[in-house]
Amino acid sequence: MSRLASFGRLAWDFVVGDDWRIAAGVVIALGATALIAGTSLAAWWVLPMGVAAVLVLSVWHAGVPGR
Amino acid sequence: MTGAELGLAVSVFLACAVEAVEALTIVLAVGATRSWRSSLTGVGAAALVLAALTAVLGPALTALPINVLRVIVGALLLIFGLQWLRKAILRATGAKDLHDERAAYAHETDAARRAGETRPGFDPYSFTIAFKSVLLEGLEVVFIVLTFGANQHDVGLAAAAAGAAVLIVLTAGLAVHAPLSRVPENTMKFAVGVMLTSFGTFWGAEGAGAHWPGGDGALLALIPAVLLFALALVALVRRRRVPARVALSDEVALRI
Repeated sequence: MSRLASFGRLAWDFVVGDDWRIAAGVVIALGATALIAGTSLAAWWVLPMGVAAVLVLSVWHAGVPGR
Repeated sequence: MTGAELGLAVSVFLACAVEAVEALTIVLAVGATRSWRSSLTGVGAAALVLAALTAVLGPALTALPINVLRVIVGALLLIFGLQWLRKAILRATGAKDLHDERAAYAHETDAARRAGETRPGFDPYSFTIAFKSVLLEGLEVVFIVLTFGANQHDVGLAAAAAGAAVLIVLTAGLAVHAPLSRVPENTMKFAVGVMLTSFGTFWGAEGAGAHWPGGDGALLALIPAVLLFALALVALVRRRRVPARVALSDEVALRI
């Protein structure tokens, strides 16, 4: 069980890394792209916007004191 | 070689070179302090595990339907790319210390000396540390090789770029017999972060059903756009950090 737990922790650290917001934001942005792509609207701009927002949020959270 | 193939080769080469420099520092430290034979055995064992992972997962990934593959590849490249880019931006702004190979070497050497006497013959400490460092640093490279390679249907090119990077770093490391502290690691991490984020955005959006204006040509706009955005973020965070530091030092001075 402890081996399974340590493998799970390793996998979590490997994929999620230092900031869980990045993985969560990427999944949400990809989901939103798929949803909009299913309509008649152009969807190509959704993922770049989402990626930009995730990067700003993550960097700001770690890099700007007293934000 | 197409533009996408060139992007693949450059990204994998840079990513692998950075990780190889970090692993080399640890292997050099335990090798020089305790046992070269056990350290190199650890390196070989980790390399075998990484090669086996590539051989098993590569064909499995390429067998997936193209849109499923692109979503998985896009998501992984974006998660890894944004993490690399975040770290490189924080280091460029001074919010995070730069990775110092000399300090890492000194730390590992000290830990190796304090780990007890070296046993004659096989030294488990040297083996384990070398194995773990190469495996952990290499794991991310394997995923980058697999995701880039599978999507371009050219795992061989990605693996060759990774192999070339390891060979160059190893040759340089053996030649100077010291950690490669002059390698501009943060600039390389920044470049890898930009490339992974750009390709991840492109393939991820395509896999999710979006159509890029200009088709594959959109990548030529996406890569410089990500680079400029990241550089602007560096400048912005630097500007915000300076007044914060001044305010903090004023506050400390007032308390004194």
